[in-house]
Amino acid sequence: MTTVFCITALTTLASAVAAMSLRNLVHCVLCLTVSFIGMAMVYLQLSSQFVGFAQVMVYVGAVAILMIFALLMTRGGQELFMREWRPMHWLVGGLVSLALLAVLVGSILQSPVIQNTGPVDKVERVKDLGQSLVYEYLLPLEALALLLTVALIGAALIALPPKQHPIKPQPREDS
Amino acid sequence: MNSPSLAACLIFSACLFCTGLAGVLLRRNLILILAGIELMLNAANINFVAFWRHHPASDDVAGPVMVLFALAIAAAEAAVGLALVISIFRHYKSTNPETMEDKSS
Repeated sequence: MTTVFCITALTTLASAVAAMSLRNLVHCVLCLTVSFIGMAMVYLQLSSQFVGFAQVMVYVGAVAILMIFALLMTRGGQELFMREWRPMHWLVGGLVSLALLAVLVGSILQSPVIQNTGPVDKVERVKDLGQSLVYEYLLPLEALALLLTVALIGAALIALPPKQHPIKPQPREDS
Repeated sequence: MNSPSLAACLIFSACLFCTGLAGVLLRRNLILILAGIELMLNAANINFVAFWRHHPASDDVAGPVMVLFALAIAAAEAAVGLALVISIFRHYKSTNPETMEDKSS
């Protein structure tokens, strides 16, 4: 485990924890963006360049901006935190996730698969990636294009404001 | 360049997954619940790339291809999810999932 990986992993984890625990929602989304950038750096260290840059483009460039927009359109700002502070919920939820973490780490450390170190100089080549996308995975690629089109149209339809009624005379209270 | 070991990557992604799960379980805002789901998806993607990197086969790109598909699907999910959040906010005037009740009755 290299020092660079340690620094990247600690930064990513710290910003992910901050994103899930801060009170101001805009700060939460900004910390989440830092966490996405850290994951892209982990992809780069695993010698998978194209996926790393795609991660920066999709998550930092699109998803984080979309989340900020949605946050500001739904009034954003402060969550009602202290009024709904229920320690039992936080205790049980935290215990469930810590138990899952313990199970995962225990089974990873006991598994024989981590002895496998793999080739030293493996590099993802974009040419291989593109050829295998077009030859081997052509049908999933087309299905994905269809899915993205459907998602685009569906998101626009869902977020449209409800149709305005024709102008009706409102009963006036003054006069 | 020596890359991180498989165990380090797996433990890192397990920590990320549990952080996302804690966010989904504990926060009471629809947008942050979506953010927790995104964190969990990303942890799974890191696992795919780590297993691909440490696999002996040298000319196989199944791991990155899988991550690319997962990225596209996660982007579509985020777009539709946030549109749903905006629509829900317009109806209930809140993004807290606990204040939503049936307004038609």
